[in-house]
Amino acid sequence: MTTLEFKNVSKKYRVRGSGELLALDKVSFTLTSGQTIALVGQSGSGKSTIAKILTQLERVSSGEVLLDGTPIPTWGRPLRRYRQSVRMVFQDPFASLNPAHTIRHHIERPLRLDKVVPADQVEEEVFRLLNRVRLSPEQTIDRRPHELSGGQRQRVAIARALASRPALLIADEPVSMLDVSIRLEVLNLLAELQREANLGVLYITHDLATARHFSDEIMVLHHGTVVERGKADDVILRPQHPYTRALRDASPDPEKHFAVPTTPGATS
Amino acid sequence: MTFPNTVAAAVPAVPPAQTRKRGTLSRLGQTFAMFRNGKSIAGLSILGVFVLIAIFGDWIAPYGPLDKDFTALRQPPSWVHWLGTTHMGEDVLSQIIYGTRGVLVVGFTAGVIATIIAVAIGVTAGYVTGWRSESLSALTNVFLVIPGLPLIIIIASQYENPSLLLISSVLAITGWAWGGRVLRAQTMSLRNRDFIQAARANGEPLYRIIAVEMLPNLTAIIASSFVGTVIAAVLGLTTLAFIGVIPITNLNWGTILFWAQQNGAFPDFWWWYVPAGLCIALLGMALSLINFGIDEYVNPRLRSAGERARAMRKKGFKLSDTATAVRPRPAAAGTSGPGTSSDPGTSSDPGVTNAGIK
Amino acid sequence: MRFFLRRAAFYAFTAWAAITINFFLPRMMKGDPVSAYLQKNQGRISPEAIDSLRTLFGLDSNKSLLEQYIDYWQLLFSGDLGRSFSKGLAPVTDVIASAIPWTVGLVGIATVISFVVGTAIGAFIGWRRGSRADGIVPVATFFSTVPYFWMGLIAIAIFSTTLGWFPASHAYDKGTQPSFTLEFAGQVIQHGFLPALTLVIGSLGGWILGMRNMMITVLDEDYVTVAQAKGLRPSRVLVNYAARNASLPQLSSFAMSLGFIVGGTLVMELVFSYPGAGKLLLDATTAKDYPLMQGLFLVITLTVLVANILADVAYAILDPRTRQMEA
Repeated sequence: MTTLEFKNVSKKYRVRGSGELLALDKVSFTLTSGQTIALVGQSGSGKSTIAKILTQLERVSSGEVLLDGTPIPTWGRPLRRYRQSVRMVFQDPFASLNPAHTIRHHIERPLRLDKVVPADQVEEEVFRLLNRVRLSPEQTIDRRPHELSGGQRQRVAIARALASRPALLIADEPVSMLDVSIRLEVLNLLAELQREANLGVLYITHDLATARHFSDEIMVLHHGTVVERGKADDVILRPQHPYTRALRDASPDPEKHFAVPTTPGATS
Repeated sequence: MTFPNTVAAAVPAVPPAQTRKRGTLSRLGQTFAMFRNGKSIAGLSILGVFVLIAIFGDWIAPYGPLDKDFTALRQPPSWVHWLGTTHMGEDVLSQIIYGTRGVLVVGFTAGVIATIIAVAIGVTAGYVTGWRSESLSALTNVFLVIPGLPLIIIIASQYENPSLLLISSVLAITGWAWGGRVLRAQTMSLRNRDFIQAARANGEPLYRIIAVEMLPNLTAIIASSFVGTVIAAVLGLTTLAFIGVIPITNLNWGTILFWAQQNGAFPDFWWWYVPAGLCIALLGMALSLINFGIDEYVNPRLRSAGERARAMRKKGFKLSDTATAVRPRPAAAGTSGPGTSSDPGTSSDPGVTNAGIK
Repeated sequence: MRFFLRRAAFYAFTAWAAITINFFLPRMMKGDPVSAYLQKNQGRISPEAIDSLRTLFGLDSNKSLLEQYIDYWQLLFSGDLGRSFSKGLAPVTDVIASAIPWTVGLVGIATVISFVVGTAIGAFIGWRRGSRADGIVPVATFFSTVPYFWMGLIAIAIFSTTLGWFPASHAYDKGTQPSFTLEFAGQVIQHGFLPALTLVIGSLGGWILGMRNMMITVLDEDYVTVAQAKGLRPSRVLVNYAARNASLPQLSSFAMSLGFIVGGTLVMELVFSYPGAGKLLLDATTAKDYPLMQGLFLVITLTVLVANILADVAYAILDPRTRQMEA
């Protein structure tokens, strides 16, 4: 059981010419393995900043991030060990894979870097991972990203994120750049993998419908603060904060999804 | 809650045997993709001929470069001396053949040194941020602004007999800055790309991020900056030799022009000074062609622009008129309008066709 | 304002770097040609002149490098660059001052013409991409890779020696005194025409190719498509929308390539025996006149720097973004 805790985290960016920008203002939440939390908000609300802090691409300005009670390391081998247990799937599968390298390289690297399996079993493990994300290993392993479709690339990105066998997965709008027709497939795959490996998933999105469908809890972020948080159905059906209400009302075709309470989604 | 999973089927069916073979072959193909176009191949072919001449000069040249034939002074081209002779009866063709080596060795050595400096400073300046990046950038700009040739002349004049390596190094030190600047800009745009962020988030060490994740994406820029420095170094070397700053023992095309100028070859003995100059221009042109090919690889618009325009002209449109050209039809023109996709004028418009590429 | 300050800081830094390079150059020299010269000409040089030469060339070995550096700056601020060995011990500043206007005039006019004409041609063939105008591209490439000095020699052989249309050397007829008369101006134009023409032809290709590529890239931008779709006259789209935006990078590469251009033109002056800074530098090299060489390098670098500043100002005028930043 792995628990990640955000404690009063604030993040300031220095903006050239106009002082500081407060991207996150005292945000707190916990994420445990086996649980899916959806982080909802419009662009600029601070969602991506949270993802960057979790992957340690950015540091916090104040507050603490704890993994199983210990502050996350900022340096060296401990940082690498932390990164092994928290992985991320990026939003844009067209940008998150290196165009110069094969699929094999992308999945092999975390395996070798974190020594997940002995060197002579790496190839086998790559095949296993590709199979897990429902890609045919023989047909994809030696291809380059530009030879694959958006959906296939995102599956590769998921395989890469799972390679180091993390406890927690951050999915930063994982389907927003994909064709509508395959979004659900990819989300279902994520949900299935989450169940299989008992992952904790932070699902970052601006799509309330899938947030409700795939997560246990929803957290609404507005201007860097969490304005509302609760069970997925409660947040959608009985929003307390005016911003959540506005967000819900702005969603396309609300009747179809929200008017009638339905059974909980696949992941819960 | 299950949806049919059709992904495996969505991958184009390629026989596994073929996939295996692709590995090394496609890797090689990818590395040289920037040279796979008419311009680059033409340039590489010309360059190849010069390289062969430089390597096998001893066998090809009909005479020694300094063999004197006092019975044939300042002879115009003939079957005995294809490019005539100098005032000492030396064979001009043989001098050109031997001179090729001097030009290419210095050009490529300078190119290699300059490219190493440009990559080291340019990529570092692009990857780091803040004052480190700014100061490396300032250094690059200083080397861009300081006129190289006067500096080389002054440095070279301090030495009685500068070695080829010294000449190459000085040409490289004054010539790396342009490549460094381009590489910095390119690295800066790469640094924020998601796949670099992903590598960082995976915990890849810095040297691997730069060497394995970034450099393969910079090969085209590096190749083009290498070729650019070679052009500059060839021009610089021949210029220095022509001025007489470089000792005449180092035979190259510039030395031939130096002797021609010193011994009153202008304007009557054209066979003495025209071929050397043409060789410099031809070599420069070959290198430029290679670079045009790389440019078109990096910026596909350059390549497609001409083809598209030609294709449109065949259909009877002029690209330069208006983007929404409508085929001149007596009555129906107004109704079909610019928005309809059946109209070839709109569909092959550059802005529309490239929307996907951007 | 920020932009302006950054540029100013950059120029100050470059000037400092050039001056410092100039300080270290003679100190890295092998042997000591200057004291040998001083020894030989004892009594002919005034003690002050010897002092400044000692400072310039680092002969004060009993002083620390820092002291030498400070002395060197003091010397520069008093406008003293030493005495020229090959010009009868005349002050280097005077010798350079008599040559620099010729170079600045010739190179400046030729470069501006070449830039304007090349950019215009490049804009045109970029606009008419895929047409017969593309035939200019290989020709431009050829001329951009021919060494200036060789082209100059050919030009002399054809237009001067064979056809006799233009004089082959010098900036004005021998025996004439420079004056502000129409006749003298005519001579200057006649003598300057051939070198200027060679410079223009030699550097034209680079501007044509650069502008063509920028045009093709810019013509694919949506705002050009919109301008065309609005039904604007093609000439207006060409000039105000496409060429205007495409010429901005052209202008900044103009600033940056001045260093290259200056290098090439120095040799042109040798070919045409043009009494400018380049000829002077080459003469100084042959005569091993170190004070003159050093002074020339400094002055040439500073001149290029000033030209860069001018190009920057032009850029700021054309690009509204930099103006906004300054506001």
